[in-house]
Amino acid sequence: MLARLMAITIKEFWAILRDPRARIILIMPPLIQLFVLGFATTLEVKNIAVGIYDRDGGRWSIEMTQRIAGSPNVVAILPISSPEEMRQAIDRQQTIAVVSFAQGFSADVAAGRPAVVQAIFDGRKSNAAQIVLGYLNTIVADLGAELSATPARTGAIVNHWFNPNLLYLWFTMPGLVVIITTISGLGLTAQAVARERELGTFDQLMVSPLRVPEILIGKVIPPVLVGFINATIYMVLISTLFGVPLTGSVPFFYISLLLYLLALAGVGLLVSSLSQTQQQAFLGMFLVAVPAILLSGYASPVDNMPGWLRILAQGDPTKHFLIVSEGVFLKDMTVPDLWANTWPLAVIAIVTLGVSSALFRARME
Amino acid sequence: MANPVPAAVLSNVSRRFGKARAPALDNISLEIRPGLMTGLVGPDGAGKTTLIRLLAGLIDHDEGEVTVLGKPATEADRKRIGYMPQRFGLYEDLSVIENLRLYAELRGLPTGKWDDRFAELLRFTDLGAFTERLAGRLSGGMKQKLGLACALVETPELLLLDEPGVGVDPLSRRELWAMVRKLTEAGIAVLWSTAYLDEAEKCEEVFLLSEGRLIHAGPPGDLTREAAGRCFRMRGDGPGKRRLLAGLVADPAIRDATIQGASVRFLTNAGASPPKGAEPVPARFEDAFVDRLGGGPKGHSLLAEHYRAVPENDLPAIEAHQLTKRFGPFTAANGIDFKVPRGEIFGLLGPNGAGKSTTFKMLCGLLTPTSGDGRVAGHNLRHSRSAARRSLGYMAQKFSLYGDLSVRQNLNFFAGAYGLTGAKRREALGRMVEIFHLGPYLRQNAGGLPLGFKQRLSLACAVMHEPPTLFLDEPTSGVDPIVRREFWSHINGLVEKGVTVLVTTHFMEEAEYCDRILVIYRAEQIALGSPDVLKRDAATPDRPDPTLEEAFISLIEASESKDEAA
Repeated sequence: MLARLMAITIKEFWAILRDPRARIILIMPPLIQLFVLGFATTLEVKNIAVGIYDRDGGRWSIEMTQRIAGSPNVVAILPISSPEEMRQAIDRQQTIAVVSFAQGFSADVAAGRPAVVQAIFDGRKSNAAQIVLGYLNTIVADLGAELSATPARTGAIVNHWFNPNLLYLWFTMPGLVVIITTISGLGLTAQAVARERELGTFDQLMVSPLRVPEILIGKVIPPVLVGFINATIYMVLISTLFGVPLTGSVPFFYISLLLYLLALAGVGLLVSSLSQTQQQAFLGMFLVAVPAILLSGYASPVDNMPGWLRILAQGDPTKHFLIVSEGVFLKDMTVPDLWANTWPLAVIAIVTLGVSSALFRARME
Repeated sequence: MANPVPAAVLSNVSRRFGKARAPALDNISLEIRPGLMTGLVGPDGAGKTTLIRLLAGLIDHDEGEVTVLGKPATEADRKRIGYMPQRFGLYEDLSVIENLRLYAELRGLPTGKWDDRFAELLRFTDLGAFTERLAGRLSGGMKQKLGLACALVETPELLLLDEPGVGVDPLSRRELWAMVRKLTEAGIAVLWSTAYLDEAEKCEEVFLLSEGRLIHAGPPGDLTREAAGRCFRMRGDGPGKRRLLAGLVADPAIRDATIQGASVRFLTNAGASPPKGAEPVPARFEDAFVDRLGGGPKGHSLLAEHYRAVPENDLPAIEAHQLTKRFGPFTAANGIDFKVPRGEIFGLLGPNGAGKSTTFKMLCGLLTPTSGDGRVAGHNLRHSRSAARRSLGYMAQKFSLYGDLSVRQNLNFFAGAYGLTGAKRREALGRMVEIFHLGPYLRQNAGGLPLGFKQRLSLACAVMHEPPTLFLDEPTSGVDPIVRREFWSHINGLVEKGVTVLVTTHFMEEAEYCDRILVIYRAEQIALGSPDVLKRDAATPDRPDPTLEEAFISLIEASESKDEAA
């Protein structure tokens, strides 16, 4: 029994390490995602050009323009001389926003009358436009504050808990651990059975005295271990290289990780048992992985989803593990809170592994 | 007779894949002439497909010249060439008629001609009743016929057929052959590639390839003649034939020996006189081929020598009791019933889809029978599947070990899967490496081994745990005759030690090695007996000594006419 289990586990390890396709799943997605999520999908808006449609041409409109040009996020000012030009500049994406000063703007300011600045944004980039609006508001408010005599300003004092400076890396990186684990865990298990089918070794395996549980355990252990190693590497990288604080219980993170990987392995084996070829398994994996990630709350909060989707998301292991990961990294989540998001993983793992082994048996013939 | 202008000419052509490897084609010169059935013959990996792809203009050559229909092959008019690849020739998700339409479109056949041409092709291939069936659902033989029809959508001047006989049972192969034959009569140049040496004999001209080299070019008779007068047959009753074979192989005067039913057929060295009691038989193409390759392998099976003796037992080693398998309304095997005693080679023979694979799979535990029972080494396959599996070694039709794993990793895995541990495993591994000369390849990927070594490794993995029964699925189709002889010498040796072997095949050469054969047709068993009995039963006054293939075909025809009468 143990000898057989050892044999198949070692074989599965070799299958992963020596199969070029499996090696790619092992190395490429984590690297690409680290790169993409770490550097490319920043939520800050930098390197923008702002159009200025200055019909005023007075002291204060020039002062504003200079302040906008001086902002570290703005690289260029695009002078605009007609509404038509403004339309084109936004349409052709030469600029994300155009600030328009009406005639008499400087006169209004000088006279102490309320002066109005119009800003037009590219609604196609709604998120970035919001952020640029924020920048512009700050500039306008600063100018206004300097002009008015009242030194103290009223207004809300914003304090972001868990991520006081709203560093986008703090937000994306704990999610990255989850995504990497998901892709490698699903990818490797999805290939496990389909590979045997495609290469014609399935029958050879099935006539050997290996029992179904032994085969399935042998196929689950290597991806789980790979998941552990991946998660550990990225946990260290994220807390050192990217400086995201690791505040919560690391041992509990690993318990959660193990259950999450088992749940994924169940889903992966399910996809694999249904696939005839590795290609099908590969596509099948994405069929599962994309909704799992989208439903997890990684891209948009689960609370904003319609009710039926929120219920569906409860069955998504990624959702639970994402909460654990963010909790352990940023929130110093307490063990009872972690546990509340860990036991569902255990339930999901039991269900997916159970269904996949039933399906494996059914599809043996 | 033959048109003097050849349809295709190769002169001093070489082609390599990768610098380090031996050339796939090594300095080949040949001519394919119209109106002739030209055979391109050789074992798997000999270079047949490479040569055909060169002719079809799909790949370029490294040296020499390839001329097709008067132009370099890559510039030749593709409309005048019909090409039927070995695989991927058909769109399995399209119906028969859709496949034809697609090819007609690709070939630019004017739409007005479609209906007439399709009707003609469907009549020719006898597929008229199946026009709406998906190509993927056709039997192996019908697929090949459809493939041929697609290659013939526009009548070509040169027809290239890449192993049309593979995966096709003898009956369909014969029909396919007759169809192509008709084409040569119409003046088309046909190149028929095959690994079956008996097909070579029926060609007018043969190019025999071995490891990329051209061994023979010309009428097959020219080569066969080299072995003429040196072929003999000796009877050896029952299991005695295997001892007789072992004796003949050891004899330095004998160049090659194989089992043929209850007899041993052998080729003597030139000038040597045959042993007493030998009856001369006509030489075959294969005799001369093996002669050219330097004769069959000498020596006895080391594998068998080191194998444990399987204890005597009154129980049958393999037993099928009224085995039936239904897939929905379709009955794949019906009431299959036989017993194989210890130390026998038992063959399952039948056309594609007849139920022999289903029976085979039920007996090795890959399929659960709908009703009936199977036993292997006394273990019931329903109740003690794992015990039954431990007592069988399995070798699949195609190489089915882990190609990405090294030879050593494969051996280690199968040793472990069969429960060998520690010293036992090391000992078994060492023995296999020594017997099959795997030493230099241990670290190499199994998928990259030469074909002969793949075959050896498959056998090694199947017998490492010394099972009392062996299940072989077309173990030697396509391998070169030397490797095949070596393989069967191991099997024969194991049988002497009491191992029981179940073979499924539609390859007559393999069937000849069986002690008894069960013929399955349309899910029913229609005949059971030794090869000699089957041949004798098929003998007619004008065909007193039929081959096993002829016997097989006449059995099937008899069964068909009985069905029709009923």
